[in-house]
Amino acid sequence: MGMTITEKILAAHTEKDFVEPGEIIDAKIDLVLANDITAPLSIEEFEKVGAKKVFDPEKVVFVLDHFTPNKDVISAGNCKRIREFSKAYGISHCYEGGECGIEHALLPEQGLVVPGDVVIGADSHTCTYGAVGAFSTGMGSTDITYGMVMGRIWFKVPESIKFNCFGNWQKWVTGKDLILHIIGMIGVDGALYAAMEFSGEAITALSMDSRFAIANMAIEAGGKNGIFEVDEKTLAFIAGRGKRPHTIYRSDKDASYKEVHEIDVTGIGLKVACPSLPSNVKDVGELGNVAIDQVVIGSCTNGRMEDLEAAAQILKGKRVAKDVRCIVIPATPTIYREALKRGFFEVFLDAGCIISPPTCGPCLGGHMGILAKGERAVATTNRNFIGRMGHTESEVYLSGAAVAAASAIKGRIAHPDEVM
Amino acid sequence: MILKGRVWKFGDNIDTDIIIPAQYLAHTDPKVLGEHCMEPLRPGFNKEVRQGDIIVGGLNFGCGSSREHAPIAISALGIPLVIAKTFARIFYRNAFNKGLALLEADIIDLVDEGEEIEVDISSGTIKCNKKVVEAKPIPPFMEELINHGGLVKYLKKKLEEQNERI
Repeated sequence: MGMTITEKILAAHTEKDFVEPGEIIDAKIDLVLANDITAPLSIEEFEKVGAKKVFDPEKVVFVLDHFTPNKDVISAGNCKRIREFSKAYGISHCYEGGECGIEHALLPEQGLVVPGDVVIGADSHTCTYGAVGAFSTGMGSTDITYGMVMGRIWFKVPESIKFNCFGNWQKWVTGKDLILHIIGMIGVDGALYAAMEFSGEAITALSMDSRFAIANMAIEAGGKNGIFEVDEKTLAFIAGRGKRPHTIYRSDKDASYKEVHEIDVTGIGLKVACPSLPSNVKDVGELGNVAIDQVVIGSCTNGRMEDLEAAAQILKGKRVAKDVRCIVIPATPTIYREALKRGFFEVFLDAGCIISPPTCGPCLGGHMGILAKGERAVATTNRNFIGRMGHTESEVYLSGAAVAAASAIKGRIAHPDEVM
Repeated sequence: MILKGRVWKFGDNIDTDIIIPAQYLAHTDPKVLGEHCMEPLRPGFNKEVRQGDIIVGGLNFGCGSSREHAPIAISALGIPLVIAKTFARIFYRNAFNKGLALLEADIIDLVDEGEEIEVDISSGTIKCNKKVVEAKPIPPFMEELINHGGLVKYLKKKLEEQNERI
C-alpha cells in the first residue's frame, strides 16, 4: 500500500521504510521552535531535567514575537531569560528587536524550514510550514524541551484527509476564504488528530502566501498538520533561502485517506467567520449591517505581502471610517521594508491606518489593539474565541485582507465591491 | 487510583483562551494561572472549585493554542481529572506531560453539575448517579509515559542512560 506525503516524511525521519496511521513513532526532528510565551516554560523544564546542552544549537529557534515589543515588566523578564539562555547554549537563531517577525512568517522567509522537514514548535500555528511541503505541528513547552534535548520526539502517525480543489478563483478570494470555507464545512474538530492534505489545480494556481494561510489554519479544524505538494512555486520560494538541502515527497496514487473532499472553488466567495468559533462561517453578503470598532490586518495567517497588497489596493485614496481603528501589522521586517518600498505605507497612512511593528499583539489579546467591552473587530487573524482580542464581551469576525480593508472604510463588515 | 469529586460541567469546544486567557500568559506561576482559569465563562471559578473536583466537557476540549499554561491552570486548582467526549490533540499531550489525567467518555448529558462521581483512573470506570460508564482506554504509549512519571522524568531517565554510556 502507498503512503501519503505526511507518512513519507515521518517514515524518512525514523529507521523505518513504512509507517501507517495510528502507529506511534520516535522521529528525528529538523527544527524546534518556541516563542516568548512558551519558551520560558520549556527553559524551566530544561533546567529541571539537568540537561547540559541542546541537541543542535543551529536547530533550536526562539522568536520573541507575542508580547513584544515588551508589553510589560513580566514579558520583558521572559524575553531577557530567553536571551540569556540562548547565549549560554549557543543558540544563534534567537530573533528579537529589529530582526523579529511573526514566527510562522519569519521561519520560511529566512529559509529555516525546507521541504521534507519535520518541525515541532511550541505554538499551535506551527502547522503553517506544510505550505512548503514540510511536516510541522504544534506542541506544548514540555514536549519542546524533550525535542530541544534529544533532537527527537514521539508522534502518532495521523490519518490523512485530502482536499482536492479545482475550478477558478473569484476576484479577491484567497486561501483564507478557502480554509474558512473548509472549516465551516467540517467543523472545528473535523480534522481532529488528522493531516489535512491540499491538492488539485486550484491549489497549483494559488500563491505561496495563500498556501501559508491555509496550512496555518489547519489547527482550527483540529488538524495535526496541513500539507501541500512541492511545485514550481514552492521551489521558486525556497530558491536562495533554504539553509539546508531539501527533499521532495509526493503522495502515492494508492495512498489511503480517511476522507477525500472534492471542492469546486468557483463557488467560493468572500468568507467571514462570525463569533465565537472559526467554523461559524458565512458569506460576506449574508451578514447585513455589522458595525465595527477595529480592523486588524496582520498575524501569522495574513500579514504577508499578498494581504498588504490587497489592503493597499482597496484603501488607496480612501479613508478609514471615523471611530474605526485600522491596525496594519506587516508580519516580518522584510515584508515591512517591501511594503514601505512599494508605497503601501503612504496609502495606509493617508487612509488613517495605524502601522504596527511585526508582533502577534492583538491577535491573542496581548497588546497593540485590545478591544473594550462591547467592541467588535474584523481581523485577518485565525481565532475568534470568546475574549480572544480583549474583553470577554467583545467580538472578533475573521476574514481575508480584502474584506477587512473594505470594512475599515465602511465602518461595518463590507464586500470590496462596495468600495471599489 | 480511585478519584471522587464534584462535577463542573462545560460544553463543547472549550478553547484554551477560555481555560486561561492570553493576557495572563506572561505568568508561569501556577497559582496566578489558576486564579484566572475559566474566567471568560465562569468568573470566580477558582473560588468555587474545591480540591479533587472534576471537569466534564463535551467535544474537542482544549482546542486552540499550544499553551501549556492551560493544564497548569486546571491542575493549580486541585482538579486532578478532566473527562470529555474528545480532546484537542495538543491539549491531550500537554495534560499528560503536566500530570493532569484525561479520560475520553461521553458523560456530559448523564451527570448533573455538582454531582459527586467516582472514577477509577486505571480501569476508566466512571460511576455517575444514573449510570456506570467505561471510558475509552488510555493508549498504551501514554500509559507508559504516565508510569514513568511524565515526560520530564522519562527524559531525565534517558539522559542518565546516555551519561552512563559515555
